[in-house]
Amino acid sequence: MKAVVVTNLSKVYGKEKTRAVHDVSFSVEKGELFGLIGPDGAGKTSIFRMLTTLLLPDNGTATVDGFDVVKDYRQIRNTVGYMPGKFSLYQDLTVEENLNFFASVFGTSIQENYHLIKDIYIQLEKFKDRRAGKLSGGMKQKLALCCALIHKPTVLFLDEPTTGVDPVSRKEFWEMLKRLKTEGITIVVSTPYMDEASMCDRIALIQMGKIMSIDTPENIVAAYPVPLYAVKADNMFLLLKNLGAYEKTIYSYAYGEYAHASFRNVSDEAEPVKFLNESGLREIEIYQTTPTIEDCFIKLLKN
Amino acid sequence: MRTIRFLLQKEFRQIFRNKIILAMIIVMPSVQLMILPLAADYEIKNINIAIVDHDRSSYSQNLISTITASGYFKLTGFENSFKEALHLIEQDQADLILEIPQGFERNLIREGEQKMFIAVNAINGVKANLGGSYLTSIIKNYNNGIRLELSPATRFSRNPSIEILSSNWFNNLLSYRVFMVPGILAFLVTMIGGFLSCLNIVKEKEVGTIEQINVTPIKKHHFILGKLIPFWILGNVVFTIGLLISWLIYGIVPVGNLAVLYGFIGVYLLSVLGFGLLVSTFCETQQQAMFIMFFFMMVFILLGGLFTSIDSMPEWAQIISKLNPVSYLISVMRMVILKGSSLNDIVPHLIITFVFAVVLNTWAALNYKKTT
Repeated sequence: MKAVVVTNLSKVYGKEKTRAVHDVSFSVEKGELFGLIGPDGAGKTSIFRMLTTLLLPDNGTATVDGFDVVKDYRQIRNTVGYMPGKFSLYQDLTVEENLNFFASVFGTSIQENYHLIKDIYIQLEKFKDRRAGKLSGGMKQKLALCCALIHKPTVLFLDEPTTGVDPVSRKEFWEMLKRLKTEGITIVVSTPYMDEASMCDRIALIQMGKIMSIDTPENIVAAYPVPLYAVKADNMFLLLKNLGAYEKTIYSYAYGEYAHASFRNVSDEAEPVKFLNESGLREIEIYQTTPTIEDCFIKLLKN
Repeated sequence: MRTIRFLLQKEFRQIFRNKIILAMIIVMPSVQLMILPLAADYEIKNINIAIVDHDRSSYSQNLISTITASGYFKLTGFENSFKEALHLIEQDQADLILEIPQGFERNLIREGEQKMFIAVNAINGVKANLGGSYLTSIIKNYNNGIRLELSPATRFSRNPSIEILSSNWFNNLLSYRVFMVPGILAFLVTMIGGFLSCLNIVKEKEVGTIEQINVTPIKKHHFILGKLIPFWILGNVVFTIGLLISWLIYGIVPVGNLAVLYGFIGVYLLSVLGFGLLVSTFCETQQQAMFIMFFFMMVFILLGGLFTSIDSMPEWAQIISKLNPVSYLISVMRMVILKGSSLNDIVPHLIITFVFAVVLNTWAALNYKKTT
């Protein structure tokens, strides 16, 4: 049995009929680390809220652990762990009190499932008498993860857990998720950061409420149809302008200090270099690069 | 049961950590009960009077000193003409003008009658009304004095007359404080109970904690009870503080049974808290909740019979006040504290308040949805 099955899920908001989620289908295997990758406003949180029984879908069905999100919401609330994107623990309670509270709400205790949170909680232990509201951003996220884990959920939903967290803490956070996976917990995580996608077993690229592609990060990258080049020159602005104007360019966009571009009917990089030289650009540097998830995402967007 | 215990533990921790709320629970009843009954007093003193005496006789002098000696009036002007005195009213230096005509003494003795003129500044209705009637009764007393002096009483009065003697029950000195303190206490219990419960759930919504709670197996009625019980206890604490203050400062000791009083307060608090919870289930932010509560509280208090008697309200207002839980509390407070009413006397109030409590709380529990 799959951990999460989503079939043709749709959600429309308000009078303007804003389509937040449109005909979304995907499934998550047991013990999988599944990522929903998409920019802000793509519909990630709406999907999470429907899966955690907080929001009623307008159309379609979804099951978590085999329980329907509409009919069997009671069972789902007993078994899933949810960490909302916005910090939503009691800020006026201490770290320990928050954890204790959520443990007792689920009818368990910290001791019972301590092994699950041990690695994370050790870092929090020295602040255990501090109010949750007074923790740093990264620490808050760790505490929220602990609280979502304390009842040993079968499926863990993490809505943008690393947004607003520094790069080091983000990396640590993903390490923790990988460890949790070994405990057999299914994890569904959403993030707007493309570089985190490669940490997931499988990802769904989502935009405007629609899923554009679902596969392993490797397959998504491998499916990139044309060679991708990283280009650099003395004048970035002119470079982008000229790449855009070149008739053989398929896509071109800025990517860090380089511009990424792909060309049609081009055997090697000599041809575009020649064109750029003629356009008055100097110090041209060009090499073929492996596409990242971000490249794939941009390609899907441009289609 | 276990869940409720954890919820209560959490609520109390949060309340005791919120210094401002804690201070308000203790300070608000103390300060308001100490200050309001002393200040909010219908007995009017220091009425500014301007007198125009055209007679300047010993009788008119006598009348003026009777007026100023009464303690209610302050002579702020002694003018030569009505026009000058009116000027004082225009400048807000006088509330009343008494004009004593020329020949006051002579006409009074010779003709046995004399007319006087009182002009009242009616901008402040209560002050004008009471000032006017105080002055009239002082003049009447003065008149009786003159009558006795001029025509010594015969053994049997020629004119049959009815003498009225009244005695005031339950508040025999007609003390305004004795009347107001129980009402203000009722008002305080309502304010604290209603606002605290109302703002609490909305706060969870605003901060986002409700999102986390909704994904847990906590049942709706557990959650509502977890919110209700702490504020029910706090409401009782406020009420007890209030009773102690009215005993220590005003010497008001409930004539009736304390158990009856607490029994009614217990049911009443449930209905007020239920109302607060209901409002909070409709609101998304504390600001919205605050405004809605203010709206209802104003209506409840002004139509509750605290300041004005419900019996003298127009019929539609009397119907509204039947749906107003505050009016039942104020009347029960006065009945039990001042009159010593027993449980039997307040049964109708108790039943209606209980119905309010059941309806409001059920409505709140139904309206609180974990799913949107």
